Amino acid sequence: MLQDKDRIFTNLYGLHDPGLDGARKRGDWRDTKELLAKGRDWIIEEMKSSGLRGRGGAGFPSGLKWSFMPKEIGDRPHYLVVNGDESEPGTCKDRDILRHDPHKLVEGCLLAGFSMSAHAAYIYVRGEFFNEAAALQKAVDEAYGAGLIGPDACGSGWAFDVFVHRGAGAYICGEETALLESLEGKKGQPRLKPPFPAMSGLYGCPTTVNNVETIAVAPTILRRGAEWFSSFGRENNHGTKVFCISGHVNNPCNVEEEMSIPLKELIETHAGGVRGGWDNLLAVIPGGSSTPMLPRHICDDVLMDFDSLKAQQTGLGTAGLIVMDKSTDIVKAIARLAYFYKHESCGQCTPCREGTGWMWRILERMVTGDAEIEEIDMLHDVSKQIEGHTICALGDGAAWPVQGLIRHFRKEIEHRILERKGVSRRPVAAE
Amino acid sequence: MPKLKIDGVEIEVENGLTVLQACEQAGVEIPRFCYHERLSVAGNCRMCLVEVSPGPPKPQASCALPAGEGMEVTTNSPMVEKARTGVMEFLLINHPLDCPICDQGGECDLQDQAMGYGNSGSRYTEDKRAVSEKYMGPLINTIMTRCIHCTRCVRFSTEVGGVTDMGMVNRGENAEITTLEKAVSSELSGNVIDLCPVGALTSKPYSFVARPWELKKTETIDVLDAMGSNIRVDVRGNEVMRVLPRLNEDVNEEWISDKSRFSCDGLRSQRLDKPYVRNAAGKLEPASWDEAFAVISAKLSGAAGERIAAIAGDQCDAESMFALKGLMDALGSPNLDCRQDGAALDPSVRSSYLFNTGIAKAEEADICLIIGANPRWEAPLVNTRLRKGWLDGGMKISVIGPQLDLTYDYDYLGASTATLQEIADGTHPFAAALKAAKRPMLMIGMGALSRDDGAACLAVARKIANDCGLIRDDWNGFNVLHTAAARVGGMDLGFTPGQGGCDVSGILNGASSGAIDVVYLLGADEIKMSSLDKAFVIYQGHHGDAGAHAADVILPGAAYTEKSGVYVNLEGRVQRGRRAAFPPGDAREDWTILRALSAIVGKTLPYDDLPGLRKAMHEACPHFTHIDTVEPTSWEDFGTIGDMSAAPFKSAIENFYMTDPISRASETMAACTREFILNAEGATGTDG
Repeated sequence: MLQDKDRIFTNLYGLHDPGLDGARKRGDWRDTKELLAKGRDWIIEEMKSSGLRGRGGAGFPSGLKWSFMPKEIGDRPHYLVVNGDESEPGTCKDRDILRHDPHKLVEGCLLAGFSMSAHAAYIYVRGEFFNEAAALQKAVDEAYGAGLIGPDACGSGWAFDVFVHRGAGAYICGEETALLESLEGKKGQPRLKPPFPAMSGLYGCPTTVNNVETIAVAPTILRRGAEWFSSFGRENNHGTKVFCISGHVNNPCNVEEEMSIPLKELIETHAGGVRGGWDNLLAVIPGGSSTPMLPRHICDDVLMDFDSLKAQQTGLGTAGLIVMDKSTDIVKAIARLAYFYKHESCGQCTPCREGTGWMWRILERMVTGDAEIEEIDMLHDVSKQIEGHTICALGDGAAWPVQGLIRHFRKEIEHRILERKGVSRRPVAAE
Repeated sequence: MPKLKIDGVEIEVENGLTVLQACEQAGVEIPRFCYHERLSVAGNCRMCLVEVSPGPPKPQASCALPAGEGMEVTTNSPMVEKARTGVMEFLLINHPLDCPICDQGGECDLQDQAMGYGNSGSRYTEDKRAVSEKYMGPLINTIMTRCIHCTRCVRFSTEVGGVTDMGMVNRGENAEITTLEKAVSSELSGNVIDLCPVGALTSKPYSFVARPWELKKTETIDVLDAMGSNIRVDVRGNEVMRVLPRLNEDVNEEWISDKSRFSCDGLRSQRLDKPYVRNAAGKLEPASWDEAFAVISAKLSGAAGERIAAIAGDQCDAESMFALKGLMDALGSPNLDCRQDGAALDPSVRSSYLFNTGIAKAEEADICLIIGANPRWEAPLVNTRLRKGWLDGGMKISVIGPQLDLTYDYDYLGASTATLQEIADGTHPFAAALKAAKRPMLMIGMGALSRDDGAACLAVARKIANDCGLIRDDWNGFNVLHTAAARVGGMDLGFTPGQGGCDVSGILNGASSGAIDVVYLLGADEIKMSSLDKAFVIYQGHHGDAGAHAADVILPGAAYTEKSGVYVNLEGRVQRGRRAAFPPGDAREDWTILRALSAIVGKTLPYDDLPGLRKAMHEACPHFTHIDTVEPTSWEDFGTIGDMSAAPFKSAIENFYMTDPISRASETMAACTREFILNAEGATGTDG
């Protein structure tokens, strides 16, 4: 279990003052000038060796991402864009950072922005996060007032501006290129990659898009050192991480924990255990709604990190755990997620536009068993026809939970279909 | 020059090509819906997926992927096959399978590719999506349930058309292409019908009219503006069903204007299908060819040459003008003109009346001065070139003349001749900008040249071209923007006043003063007919328009789809049109009428067939032999400096949709006029 002294987000629960004074007491903005003075290469190297992987879902090594930016500013300015469009069902970590610890993010923007020669950062905050955007704006204003950002940020001589932009509530705008489109005032539809944002991002300029948490942990990593950060978690999965535990647990919560903590320990220690005890667990969606669920027998000993979850054909995603006990109608739950993706698909490319609605309709029928056994394979086939064929990852995210359902709960679907048909299922000898 | 392997075959392609283009060069066809060579890449249909290594273990959209050194592209692997059939299935689940009643049937990309990648049956048992129809104006019919959201139409109208009327609203499976119940206010809107890969956007006038396999397709040349757009005329029986553009990179790329496309229903109404002779009571009554010729012969015999005149209209083919000129020469008449609007064009110097820069090269200009023209209406496809140059190459455009929405930004220098004079004198700052430019051009329209002071305007424009460095060894930036398809051909043939002859205004004055007795109108309808009241008027043409009303004898001719003829477009490109249908009733191809008449009046023209006529024409005008080429011209002295009036420049066209007998007879063009011209002027709903 992570000790309090190693927590980065020491005001995750909003028990203390989120303002500048409070933040300073918690160590934010300490020696920022000295960190900047160590230079961009040092910052990037330190981030690389810390092993930090992007906290937005894809888990791309952050230091490496920062190093993709052109070394020198050419004829186009560089931008840092922070993705605060947290809309993944089951995920609410950025929200708490934005409202309770916004100075970590603002300081992170400065350090990250400086390391990639950006003079401006845009923080794109989800439209529904009204109070959070206000809290963040307050922190930005405080930082300007104290000279921490602005024409001479922290007295370093580096000019740095931070802009807070509120979205309008579309899930797809959390996709980095759709976010850039939205930020430019266009319809939030993902762009084709390549070119990647590091070459041509916001307004066609070199841009790095990072998750709120990724940027917010950067100052602490730089202050306490890469070695400290990489001392947590397994190889390739280092650091601490904010986990969001929701669903059928006794104490739903956000908690910062060490990476690679066993899933069971995480739920039992911090969330008060599964409602009705561990044996009442049906399944867990480990990383936000896009990741395939894990049935109980895997939950028993799986570790919460990128690689171990990948080995179970799922992912850490945003580390938003949705815990479902045996009272859950698991088919209905996934049908609801399918509806969400159908509703949030931008409609730009064919497989996602047409496929998400199809999957949802099949699943709604499967909830009541109004389907054929063969349709289970067809549904899987349809999900495979979406996955990997779309412009952005929303198609993948829509397909995976359905694949997870079929992988682990095919029998449940079959049972409902047969039950509706009035066919009793004979017990089959162990295969 | 990256080298890559496509299906195991190594190929070296130019820099900057996409994988899709590289595959095309390698002869491997990639199915696509959203990709179009002339539009930005959307990458949204996902039909063009290919397997690329090195790369991620999933198929890539070849339309958006730059071809790179050492790539290995596979277009026929099981992964690619599966991806394409998957995409095809998704496209079809919500597509109504109503091909038997769809106008696109038989020429539908979705239909064709479904043959290659579609399953034999559907696995989709849910309810299909239905989308309400959208109003897009009198030209575009919508069946939006068929839409596959490729956004070609949106990209065309915003990028090429320069209007923001079309867009996609809503999200996911509720996404819809719409104009928000507004007509697409582009002169090129009909091209979205061709671009639409399915039957979502179809031609409204052509709805349920014909099937593509019933049509006889003839490749010919358009005459509704001076572009010489390459078109294909589709005919069933003897009726023109529709007009489509043909690819010609140097002229119209693959677009045509709405007037060129949709005026064809005008070929069915108001046609002159038999000769008419005005009787003693002053009424036109049907006659036989012999009777009509006899009346003309009686008038012409003994008439002095200088008392006879001829005016050629805006849509005449070169052959008929050449024949008429031959007849007039034989009759000893020097009074002939092809400039109905009185444009002060100088027939002696070819470069003085051409669009010398060339249509395609116009987009390379870095600065352009438009004088007294509305290119958006007078030559929509020249306008798209300017827009392209402005969008891609940062062309700077300035306008002296009417201040209109030209689909690009421009500096407005006023509409007065004073500004023009200042530029010519070098006192206007724009003169310096022209001088500093690498490839400067100017474009003078009929709005300037057809004024009384047109000759002075032409001379000033020439002075600007000369003084500001528009004329260089490899660049001629002096351009005349024509509106009439026959004009350059007529000028080339010398269909202009001979020694001591009268031009159009002289002919009209002469006719009203009694100095001219007989006026031969070859498809000329745009002159002031009341001036001809006293004269004996022969009208040879295809429509019962102004000329026919003023005529004493009507000789029914052929419209442009009904005769083989040569046309010279505004840049001087000689192009040959082909006959797609036969003229109606007793109407005949125009040169044959003139040849027959010449025999009746005893001045038999020295040829008996079209090759013979062309041979004679080629001898008179050798450059007519070079079909589809632009003969180089030399820059000579022309124009006479004179006083220019202070009146502001106006456009030569008041209504884009009705400029000639064919478009005036067209119901579709009338509908467009109501929608775009009258509505735009704020007509109330109770007007007609």
